[in-house]
Amino acid sequence: MKILTVNFLTCAVKACKTSPLSFPLHFRDAELEQSDIGYNPSFLRNILPRVDWEALKVTATELGFTTVPSEKPNLDPAPSNTDLPAPETAMETSEPDVADEKVMRDLHTLLLETEVREGKMVCGNCGHEYKIKEGIANFLLPSHLGR
Amino acid sequence: MSRPEDTLPPDLFYNDAESRKYTTSSRIQSIQVEMTHRALSLLGLTSPSLILDIGCGSGLSGEILSSVAPPLGGPHIWIGMDISASMLDIALQRDVEGDLLLADIGQGVPFRAGTFDAAISISAIQWLCNAESSDTSPQGRLARFFNGLYASLRRGGRAVCQFYPKNEMQKSMVSAAAIKAGFGAGLLEDGAGTKNVKVYLVLSVGGGAIEGVVEGMEGVDVEERMGRKGDGRKRGEEVGKKGRKQWILSKKEQMERKGKIVKRDSKFTGRKRRVQF
Ligand SMILES: C[S@@+](CC[C@H](N)C(=O)[O-])C[C@H]1O[C@@H](n2cnc3c(N)ncnc32)[C@H](O)[C@@H]1O
Ligand SMILES: [Zn+2]
Repeated sequence: MKILTVNFLTCAVKACKTSPLSFPLHFRDAELEQSDIGYNPSFLRNILPRVDWEALKVTATELGFTTVPSEKPNLDPAPSNTDLPAPETAMETSEPDVADEKVMRDLHTLLLETEVREGKMVCGNCGHEYKIKEGIANFLLPSHLGR
Repeated sequence: MSRPEDTLPPDLFYNDAESRKYTTSSRIQSIQVEMTHRALSLLGLTSPSLILDIGCGSGLSGEILSSVAPPLGGPHIWIGMDISASMLDIALQRDVEGDLLLADIGQGVPFRAGTFDAAISISAIQWLCNAESSDTSPQGRLARFFNGLYASLRRGGRAVCQFYPKNEMQKSMVSAAAIKAGFGAGLLEDGAGTKNVKVYLVLSVGGGAIEGVVEGMEGVDVEERMGRKGDGRKRGEEVGKKGRKQWILSKKEQMERKGKIVKRDSKFTGRKRRVQF
């Protein structure tokens, strides 16, 4: 399971929906794996505004990453791909900002290529444990919690 | 031929043997691929997006999302939910790129508000119409699913759910549950009247812009309701066994009587549509 996914998952128990303690879920005994996914800067620009940076820092710390910046990086707005630029300007805009490029590569590695293979996630509100096996988190609730 | 939905709950029906049989059938593969492309075109995504694949199974639908080329707005990143561990196991063996959750969509959609740009579901949600046990009802499960889906999509987001309703009543029950959750909804039928009919429930989040949303999905019947739940409109009215066109018009009339704005009748209203490709 990607770190990106963890940044959007909440406890599935209905009573936890309104509790700020139910997000992010907290890791126990996590085993990580690095995977290889195509670098996709336009996806990153699209998703970054929705990433909860405070939650990402909590997750990163629990998983042993200490180099996440304290503030969410500010990326240039996504180049619009509906109105295609004229050839000359296309040359300019396709030249990536070097600092941005580095930030984007780091984000790509952390959010998309770092995966939790085994372990569990625990809700800070109700204590429910979601087991992760072979990268798949089990969100099936016992029927008394699932209604 | 009996419907699998009427024989067993989905996690038992899709056991190891059935999941393998399903995934390796070239006939099934090609049908699922074609329907996924159809659903994608109805989503109309123009840039790489975060997509929920509902009832993702072994990933036949999801892997199409990963393979959309940049000029066509991809590739997308997807997260799949499925109730069958055997199906997900095959997805692992096939090394799909999306993340997988073992989860029952009838229990909700466990993501924070506004997570996804879009959602897709191919041949799955009819399973919600068969409640597995005495403490759950199809209506309750449909409501938890659509409420959760609605919340998990960002404003302006769309969902396309291809499903196999058993009959007109199931079709209406599913559409009504989506509308009740707040979605603007339309039904599109490819090959209507044939035995290969494919039903797509096209859903949009966010009021007002339904005219814009419907652009590019000509032929979709618009059964829009404006505003979210709690806007005072009576919910859960009967959408029983009437003909589809009649139902759409009568819903419009109801809304007009209550002073809500509805999309004006278009020549597409209630018209069925054939396969485009
Ligand atoms: C016909 S398969 C389709 C799989 C995939 N979308 C495809 O196109 O190949 C239907 C899938 O829906 C899943 N399903 C049925 N009921 C479900 C539920 N309540 N929650 C999650 N998944 C469910 C089944 O386990 C099965 O994998
Ligand atoms: Zn909880």
